[in-house]
Amino acid sequence: MEITKTSTKPKVQEHDHHDDHHDQSFITKYIFSEDHKMIAKQFLITGIFWAIVGGAMSSLFRIQLGFPDMDLTALSPIIGNWLTPQGKIDPEVYLALITMHGTIMVFFVLTAGLSGTFSNFLIPLQIGARDMASGFMNMLSYWFFFLSSIVMFVSIFVEGGPASGGWTIYPPLSALPQAVSGSGMGMTLWLVSMALFIVSALLGSLNYITTVINLRTEGMTFFRMPLTIWAFLVTAILGVLSFPVLLSAALLLIMDRSFGTSFYLSDIYIAGEALSNQGGSAILFQHLFWFLGHPEVYIVILPSLGITSEIIATCSRKPIFGYRAMVYSIFGIGVLSFVVWAHHMFISGMNPFLGSVFTILTLIIAVPSAVKAFNYIATLWRGNIVFTPAMLFSIGLVSFFISGGLTGLFLGNSVVDINLHDTYFVVAHFHIVMGSASFFGLFAGVYHWFPKMFGRMMNRTLGYFHFWVTFIGAYLVFFPLHYIGIAGFPRRYYSFTNFETGRIESFIDLNTFVSFAAIITFIAQFVFLFNFFYSMYRGRKAPKNPWNSNTIEWTTPREPGHGNWPGAIPKVERWPYDYSKPGSDKDYIPQHIPLSKTPESNMPEDSSR
Amino acid sequence: MNLIIGIILFLSLAVVFLLFRSTEILSVAKKKIATSFEDSNNSFNAISGVVFMFLSFAVIFWYSYDQFENYFLPMASKHAPEVELLFWVTMAVTFTVFIITQVVMFYFGYRYRYKKERKAYFYPENHKLEIVWTVIPAIVLVGLIGWGLVKWNNIMGPPPKDAVVIEIMGYQFAWASRYPGPDNELGDANYKLIDVDNIVGIDFTDSSSLDDFMPREIHIPKGKPVLFKIKARDVIHSVYLPYMRSQMNAVPGMPTQMWFIPTKTTAEMREETGNENFNFEIVCNKICGRAHFSMKHTVIVEEEWEYIKWKNEQKSWIEKNPDYYANFVKNNSTDVAVLND
Ligand code: HEM
Ligand SMILES: [Cu+2]
Ligand SMILES: [Cu+2]
Repeated sequence: MEITKTSTKPKVQEHDHHDDHHDQSFITKYIFSEDHKMIAKQFLITGIFWAIVGGAMSSLFRIQLGFPDMDLTALSPIIGNWLTPQGKIDPEVYLALITMHGTIMVFFVLTAGLSGTFSNFLIPLQIGARDMASGFMNMLSYWFFFLSSIVMFVSIFVEGGPASGGWTIYPPLSALPQAVSGSGMGMTLWLVSMALFIVSALLGSLNYITTVINLRTEGMTFFRMPLTIWAFLVTAILGVLSFPVLLSAALLLIMDRSFGTSFYLSDIYIAGEALSNQGGSAILFQHLFWFLGHPEVYIVILPSLGITSEIIATCSRKPIFGYRAMVYSIFGIGVLSFVVWAHHMFISGMNPFLGSVFTILTLIIAVPSAVKAFNYIATLWRGNIVFTPAMLFSIGLVSFFISGGLTGLFLGNSVVDINLHDTYFVVAHFHIVMGSASFFGLFAGVYHWFPKMFGRMMNRTLGYFHFWVTFIGAYLVFFPLHYIGIAGFPRRYYSFTNFETGRIESFIDLNTFVSFAAIITFIAQFVFLFNFFYSMYRGRKAPKNPWNSNTIEWTTPREPGHGNWPGAIPKVERWPYDYSKPGSDKDYIPQHIPLSKTPESNMPEDSSR
Repeated sequence: MNLIIGIILFLSLAVVFLLFRSTEILSVAKKKIATSFEDSNNSFNAISGVVFMFLSFAVIFWYSYDQFENYFLPMASKHAPEVELLFWVTMAVTFTVFIITQVVMFYFGYRYRYKKERKAYFYPENHKLEIVWTVIPAIVLVGLIGWGLVKWNNIMGPPPKDAVVIEIMGYQFAWASRYPGPDNELGDANYKLIDVDNIVGIDFTDSSSLDDFMPREIHIPKGKPVLFKIKARDVIHSVYLPYMRSQMNAVPGMPTQMWFIPTKTTAEMREETGNENFNFEIVCNKICGRAHFSMKHTVIVEEEWEYIKWKNEQKSWIEKNPDYYANFVKNNSTDVAVLND
């Protein structure tokens, strides 16, 4: 591919003197900042806050599942009104907790927290831009997210409790306050919060797309972009195309809830009363929801895959294997993710013929996913692997991506899904492939780019400790759930004491074990938090390019100021994966080093990279 | 108890903190640059990966083998073994891939861990290899899908004509069932007619509803196709019969259905499981509110002659609720169908 000239030239000059005037006020620097790096940090910190909330909730309901007889009265100062007089979690509160947990983890942590942090931080730095295309929109994106967070947080404490119809909020359950008390005020706030969230996601995504397309520095052709950027770009496109559909689904739901329409409601008798709604379709909501919902799972995982591609190449001291194949599979996954949504609905009552179609489409998407996994492993082959904490988390991600992806072959095959749908098998599947894998990408990214974010290093030993406890812990928590699911145990069950005669005992020990593992794993995350905040202020000062990496963010000063590069933006001369090139005496050649300076290692293919 | 937990917590915190301080101080003392690749922990991490992997394989194999009876449910419908066969073939395929990829990955991690004197092998691509590992999964997937779709179409396809038809309705938080009675035809129902007694809203202006009956427990005959006509009256529920490997959502405003052929009676299952209280149960498998977790309904599978005997003993709904019916006739005198005997 020949070099596409980008139109950044005038902009570059205009910004050249940018970092002389550093005297911003506290407010414009830390709060209403338009600097992509600060906004990234805001997303990260907010994401961490939500991860703690979501994680604490999971510990709480894991206690209910693992120790059903435990008396929680001791916790009543914190969660007093969630308990029954016997000191147990109320069944509706249980549902509210899993709903909030799912919503928080999927949207607030792994969408906003992950994309918000790394797309913001890395896009301008890795493509060589002074900032995002629109700093103002970028700032708005964060503040809409912030507002959305506040509304969601408040909803946890309102009368009747937060939304409790599951994170998928299927109507009629979510439409009728008579059906569950969380569908009153709590659900209204959930919808408002998500509407704000969608605005934030759209503002962010549009910005990422524009920036990647328009603001690449000279020489940064599309096929010289690091895989992180490809992943963020496709993620953003997915977001732009799918979030509006969720918004429309939510709007119709709001109409049904408050204005007497019947989009989703029909023939309902509840609380001693036959409702007048007729002609609506409950399935319609599911179609709309999953039209977002499935791309959403890729919105969650793709950035993590991008991050690990970069880290695995850097830390194996090798080019990523099959760069182009990786790009095409990111695209393949992106396109296909829009045509598989109904695999979540095989037994929803939709026409079985549709089920067949979606089975085929679903299993096609397994192919590019498999390609990615194989390419990661091939990158390790004959590498010179440095196990930094970031590298460990990346390898952990690949391990989870494979384990969890494989169970997708069961769920994606409609006939096998009949028996697995909505059981704990599904819980195991998505926690491994989406929850754990994305979280590991998030951790990997933080460990790897912390030096660029805060100019200091995180403590390695704690990083190793954190990795091993979390890696083993996550497998111990989520792997056993497969067995429980194969045995036909439904998800979203408050307790199994009433479940089929004679089957109560079968998994009591296993559930207790899983809960233990979950709580220990959760507590271990505080080691990470300590490391994170301590190193922010007291960590050892980072060198300019601590991982001997090729990408151009490492050519910025230790703590890049506004505008990122004090002088001109470096020109990009080669692809980002010239690691351990034969002939070169160093094992890396950064992207801004021209070929003319490295005659000893140039190859015929270099002109096409 | 609380004290013990507290102490354990405190001790682990102390350990972590010591770990942290000592390494931090050590690395400062040794003047190591913060990023040196020669990290004494590199081999530790590489080896731990391999050890972790083998330990997990051991545990997975042991548990999967040891607990098989516990997590693998007996199969009680004609299509269950077919579904399970595909399930286990998929398991064999995925498990093989799982083992191979994890072994290769952690082995590479160990084998190619950092050594100062070595240089990594610059190996950016190999089209042949990439085509191979694109095409092979694709072929395997086509096999799995093709097989799956054939089965799917059989199971979800139209039921045999002679199927025993039963209407199942889910509501917060129980199930109701209605049989067509001797005329083999379910009468109409309308959600507007629902009240405390007539919970499914049977419409008695339709003469075929007059002999419909609503038992406390569902009875079905072994060896005969059974068709569930499924409804919900408030929120979505799901009819899930794990032993039959059958499931279908119950959706308000949209009738759904599922059918299967039971192959084991309740009595046979009691013998097989050694549990004399065993019962097939419909469990609700779609979140539906407060008591979702306890929404279930007993299903009794019996020999055909037992089933017929049971069915003949059932009294129609209006026989059981004569006052309700009388009232209904009074209020709808113009268009009520009359029992014509
Ligand atoms: C701290 C570790 C975690 C534990 C112990 C945990 C545990 C659980 C459990 C047991 C459930 C099922 C509850 C039920 O169905 O009754 C659940 C639901 C869920 N979790 Fe997690 N989880 C964790 C982390 C995550 C992460 C990282 C994600 C991000 C994707 C996530 C997303 C979800 C979702 C989407 C649901 C479904 C909620 C629903 O049913 O509506 N969880 N979690
Ligand atoms: Cu999906
Ligand atoms: Cu239900």
